[in-house]
Amino acid sequence: MRYSALSLLWNGLRGNRDWKPAWRQPQPKPHYDVIIVGGGGHGLATAYYLAKEFGIANIAVLEKNYIGSGNVGRNTTIIRSNYLLPGNNPFYELSMKLWEGLERDFNFNAMVSQRGVLNLYHSDAQRDANMRRGNAMRLHGVDAELLDTDEVRRMVPFLDFDNARFPIKGGLLQRRGGTVRHDAVAWGYARGADSRDVDIIQGCEVTGIRRENGRVTGVETSRGFIGCGKLALAAAGNSSQVARMADLKLPLESHVLQAFVSEGLKPFIDGVITFGAGHFYVSQSDKGGLVFGGDIDGYNSYAQRGNLATVEHVAEAGKAMIPALSRLRVLRSWGGIMDMSMDGSPIIDRTLIDNLYLNAGWCYGGFKATPASGFCFAHLIARNAPHETATAFRLDRFQRGYLIDEKGQGAQPNLH
Amino acid sequence: MASLVPCPHCGSRPKEEFTVKGAALKRPSPEAGADAWFDYVYLRDNPRGGYEEYWHHTAGCRRWLIVDRDTATHQVTSCRDAASASAKEHGA
Amino acid sequence: MTSYRLPQGGLIDRSKPLSFAFDGKPMLGFEGDSLASALLANGCRLVGRSFKYHRPRGILTAGAAEPNALMTIGRGARTEPNIRATMQELHAGLEARSQNRWPSLAFDIGALNGLLSPFLGAGFYYKTFMWPAAFWEKVYEPFIRRAAGLGKATHEADPDSYDKRWAHCDLLVIGAGPAGLAAALTAARAGARIIVADEQAMAGGTLLSETATIGGEPAPAFARQCIAELQSLPNVTMLTRTTVFGWYDGNVFGAVERVQKHVAEPVSSVPVERLWRIIAKGAILASGAEERPLVFGGNDIPGVMMAGAMRSYLNRHAVAPGRSTAIFTTNDSGYALARNLEEKGIDVTAIIDPRENGGETYTGKARLLRNAMVTDAHGGKSLSAIDIRTGNGTERLKVDALAMSGGFSPIIHLACHRGGKPVWSDETSAFLPPAGLQGLEPAGAACGLIDLAACLADGAQRGADLAVSLGFAATPATFGAIAGDASATPAKVLWSTPGARGKAFVDYQNDVHSKDLGLAVKEGYGHVELAKRYTTSGMATDQGKLSNLNAIGLLAEARGVSPAEVGTTTFRPFYTPVSFGALSGASHGRHFQPVRRSPLHGWAERHGAVFVETGLWYRSAWFPRQGEQGWRESVDREVLNVRSNAGICDVSMLGKIEICGPDAAELLNRVYCNAFLKLPVGKARYGLMLREDGMIYDDGTTNRIAENRFFMTTTTAHAAGVLNHLEFCAQTLWPELDVRLASVTDQWAQMAIAGPKSRKILQTIIDEDIGNEAFPYLCARDVSLFGGALQGRLFRISFSGELAYELAVPAAFGDDVAEALMEAGRTDGLMPYGVEALSVLRIEKGHVTHNEINGTVVPTDLGFGRMASTAKPDFIGKAMLQREGLTAADRPRLVGVVPLDPGHSFRSGAHILAKHAAATLENDQGYVTSSAFSPHIGSTIGLALVKRGNERHGEEVTIWNGLRDEFTAARLCAPIFFDPANERLHG
Repeated sequence: MRYSALSLLWNGLRGNRDWKPAWRQPQPKPHYDVIIVGGGGHGLATAYYLAKEFGIANIAVLEKNYIGSGNVGRNTTIIRSNYLLPGNNPFYELSMKLWEGLERDFNFNAMVSQRGVLNLYHSDAQRDANMRRGNAMRLHGVDAELLDTDEVRRMVPFLDFDNARFPIKGGLLQRRGGTVRHDAVAWGYARGADSRDVDIIQGCEVTGIRRENGRVTGVETSRGFIGCGKLALAAAGNSSQVARMADLKLPLESHVLQAFVSEGLKPFIDGVITFGAGHFYVSQSDKGGLVFGGDIDGYNSYAQRGNLATVEHVAEAGKAMIPALSRLRVLRSWGGIMDMSMDGSPIIDRTLIDNLYLNAGWCYGGFKATPASGFCFAHLIARNAPHETATAFRLDRFQRGYLIDEKGQGAQPNLH
Repeated sequence: MASLVPCPHCGSRPKEEFTVKGAALKRPSPEAGADAWFDYVYLRDNPRGGYEEYWHHTAGCRRWLIVDRDTATHQVTSCRDAASASAKEHGA
Repeated sequence: MTSYRLPQGGLIDRSKPLSFAFDGKPMLGFEGDSLASALLANGCRLVGRSFKYHRPRGILTAGAAEPNALMTIGRGARTEPNIRATMQELHAGLEARSQNRWPSLAFDIGALNGLLSPFLGAGFYYKTFMWPAAFWEKVYEPFIRRAAGLGKATHEADPDSYDKRWAHCDLLVIGAGPAGLAAALTAARAGARIIVADEQAMAGGTLLSETATIGGEPAPAFARQCIAELQSLPNVTMLTRTTVFGWYDGNVFGAVERVQKHVAEPVSSVPVERLWRIIAKGAILASGAEERPLVFGGNDIPGVMMAGAMRSYLNRHAVAPGRSTAIFTTNDSGYALARNLEEKGIDVTAIIDPRENGGETYTGKARLLRNAMVTDAHGGKSLSAIDIRTGNGTERLKVDALAMSGGFSPIIHLACHRGGKPVWSDETSAFLPPAGLQGLEPAGAACGLIDLAACLADGAQRGADLAVSLGFAATPATFGAIAGDASATPAKVLWSTPGARGKAFVDYQNDVHSKDLGLAVKEGYGHVELAKRYTTSGMATDQGKLSNLNAIGLLAEARGVSPAEVGTTTFRPFYTPVSFGALSGASHGRHFQPVRRSPLHGWAERHGAVFVETGLWYRSAWFPRQGEQGWRESVDREVLNVRSNAGICDVSMLGKIEICGPDAAELLNRVYCNAFLKLPVGKARYGLMLREDGMIYDDGTTNRIAENRFFMTTTTAHAAGVLNHLEFCAQTLWPELDVRLASVTDQWAQMAIAGPKSRKILQTIIDEDIGNEAFPYLCARDVSLFGGALQGRLFRISFSGELAYELAVPAAFGDDVAEALMEAGRTDGLMPYGVEALSVLRIEKGHVTHNEINGTVVPTDLGFGRMASTAKPDFIGKAMLQREGLTAADRPRLVGVVPLDPGHSFRSGAHILAKHAAATLENDQGYVTSSAFSPHIGSTIGLALVKRGNERHGEEVTIWNGLRDEFTAARLCAPIFFDPANERLHG
């Protein structure tokens, strides 16, 4: 059923009795051409693009929980393509372009909202770094503006300009950045994939990867063995766990990142603002809650919950940036498991096993990458060659010394 | 983690006093070869469960510790001084 | 409006009337009132509008779960939106305003949404607003954003202060109701250190609203006695107005104490809120239970209220719910309310009970309708009638108040914060806390117990068990006989009333009604988490405290499974919302982070320094003089003066580490990529430290004070990190090395004295001969100053390329020594210079900083290739340096860059393109890492990292700054602009 104002009207007049499931609840078939492990944003997007753009017919997405139960459903919903390095920049801009046409493409309103992403800077060194970054963006045709203090003040007058420990000297603005209703991304891709006959199998946990003669033949799951021609892993924070089933050890650590939402408020902040003198970023959802976060807690974790000290640090940075936050209340905190890579950049590549494909290492930046990640992973799976914007995301880059280290922190995931 | 880390020198102390480095791995010898070094610097078991990692009591005794911690439950099962721990390994 | 205040009774102080206002209308209440009870007493029923349909809403609860009665209180910078009227204590002058309505609460245009509700079902917005594309940000979304949200926040800075506190205890008791008080008394009598936290102003919990007697004492009096005993014990800390909001690893609890949220004018010396981090050996969760609403048509009309809340307003605040009341209950608690109402002379029209044999002990006058249900309520802004369906058909009753009770859900929020999953109980039709929790023991109603005696006994037993497990000799406290308590029969499960015609709300605040959940199941969003996200049920400010179980029940019915199979969504902090202010404590504004001041800060200040934040430090940036137009003029003067006379610069903030022990040299030899073993005593050497991945981490000079003693300097940025790193190496990698490390950054004031006249000036205060012969370049020795009055350390090193020294003296003497030097150098033109001039000087010499050491460069990239020793068997970073990508020919290499036209300039962060190349990513050759105006060259100069830069000296390029629309024709050159032969520093 196509969604539109008309379908809403028609169904409303008929008592909303005729809505169809957004996706089926299929039984697993014995064999698929492609199995994607992980029914999160990236896995569902991969399935969608495989079916829609690359003509692959017989696809399953296996999800151990419910679709969107991982990071696509627990992030701060920010999209941006303000990347510095040539290995990243075109990929994230592809993602931004896909976001811009996504809703009409998959016929689901994910509320892609380009209200701008503003990164504040507080020192000459930070200004220079933002200058370098903004110019790198401009070189690839990505929109970027470097604002001075007065321009930032005109845009967001309620930041702490007068009493700050680290005065705001300006900001790097990407007007095309913004937010997206995160759950809807998973649902839109799921519905779009399902309508193209992709089997989305929820409650199906992969417990083993069966191999013969160095090739994957299928997966053992909580719902029995399922054969496949190609196996694609998009398991985010659980990537190391799944890869281990194929005896692969990955350059990843799983870390917990907390995020938060405040009580609902009338419009308070328009775009996304990122503090430069502490770990804090905030936006306001269409529903009215301030959605914000900070740094990862800093230790390996699979627990999806964080630490009070980190909560306090985030609140401190928030209040330092916007003093008026003080009397507003935080409603809920949550934790997601980040697949932190050793250089802070992702991996979309084949593996040493011929028909096993890997999509991992998204750190805390996976959400914004969802469309391009799915598109490029689908390209890789279908054509056995990387998409032109994702050639740098090789698994062997660590061994060969071609790192994509935006922060320059080296092989220390909790510093990325 | 835990909110508290049982430092063998200082007792139970809040996590904010510590700096986490990551997996407590043995540094290869200089001649170990490229693969061993790649493994040491870049690859991680990243287990769900028991995990030995280096924590530094930065705002305390400034000793590097090996914390044995469960990454699924955050339970800390042991915490020992890294020097004495590795000394044990070398001496045994 | 008529008064609903009863002539007597309640725990209010009628001698202390308080005036307040709601939507500008003046009203009166009493001390002991909540804002909600005072509004009810004033006959104010319509207090808010719902989120989506803007339906009129009244006060539903008497506690933390209130979804409807959210108001904005306070004025100006103290404006606070979304205050639950049920939790706000009344104080004189309180100004409350309703929210989410326009133009007024009584007449709200948004209520038109109700007419469109067939088209505004769950998730409707996912299905439309997609065309045309540009309309989302410009038309639809601004409208939705304005319509959504609750209260309006101020953008003004908060004038009040906040605080944080740590606390340790044997036992934390969460909730001071019957079970909590019993547990606390038991453990306290045994001598355990106890903290009791209760969210209300007055401890006692449900005892305060209870009419039963305990040992002959009325329940509120009994509570007061318990509290008095606890308060008299030195081992007990009672925290009222304190909500424990989270349970964290290590049995750490977060709590927020509302110290001054109940006063008109907070005292400025006291925080308004205080965050407690409580580390408890054990904790009792005595958080009680939440009464469940019943889901029938119009169950949100003002006048419909939770039965327990009605009882609380009646007994505790002496407020009548209405003139004629009905009670819709699936359990016997509704009958206790009926008795209380009748005792106070309020007419109970009917008790509607879907059970066959409920309320068997009830002897009151109300009509008892068994096997009956309320299907619909009517009345718009105030309840006027209800429809009842019995075995005999339907009947309409005129009532102006309806109490409802669908049973009780244990409040298990905190018990699930650490991953434990709630357990469904068929017996109590509720989710119980996870079993086997470590460190947290639920007690009383939080474990599904209902009657008072059981809760008291359970609390006492669990308190005793925990105390005993901690080594205290404790026996459970016992209490007198209880009379007049409601009998404890489990509720009949009734997730919704069949046949309701009006909207039957599940989540009140988010306007989720029963059909929305049905639609979610139909559309494939039947998983409890998907249903929550699709319908927003449970996502309001009460986080589903009232709604979640009903939603789970309805999902279970729609899916044809048990509630156990549906399960719950995840309970996560915070139990109730916590302010940014409380979480931030004293950290805000200028106190966001501590300030580090150099020992020479005062000296710099006296000489007029302009300071700049550098990490936590304030560094002197430049020293303006009278008549100078702008900072550049000052900096140019400082630079020229260093090159012609001498300058003095504070470098105290560089990291300083002493490294001692027989193996100190060996350690340095392994952590620096260049050799240090044979550094002679009395000499300094520049060292380059790599990370294990081969990238440069830090640099600095290290000198050998004695055979087994070194003094290392690091960059300001990595001072702490380098020490951590050295300790890591010494303690974990090579514990066999006999070496000790100590940070001495704060112990020394260090100043650079640079320029041709620096030696002459220094010699006037240094006792030893520091002539070129006696004290050559890279000499580093202890020196005596002022005729032996002071010992210091002198290093002949140079960042500026001039004849230069760094002098370190004990921190406390820094100021005096700097002033003495200023005096000594007066005739030679000695001037202070700041980091801006320092930066110009170092760029002129091509010296790198963290602008160039950006975490992605290896030694070769910066021209340090030969420093990375090939002779040493091992050093940190050696093994990974040979990787293909790190030795590739087209890596960025350090170069100098100058504009072709000296009148043109460029900035750091600009990118470099080949001459005439188009501005594309593919053509990007690198970027300018540092730039400055060089008064010697007479133009801007820069350092840059450019592909193969070392091979491209002399090439003309374009410096491209797209952000500023600047194109500068420039030439690459060797990264040194002044005195390339380094003659001056040896002078």
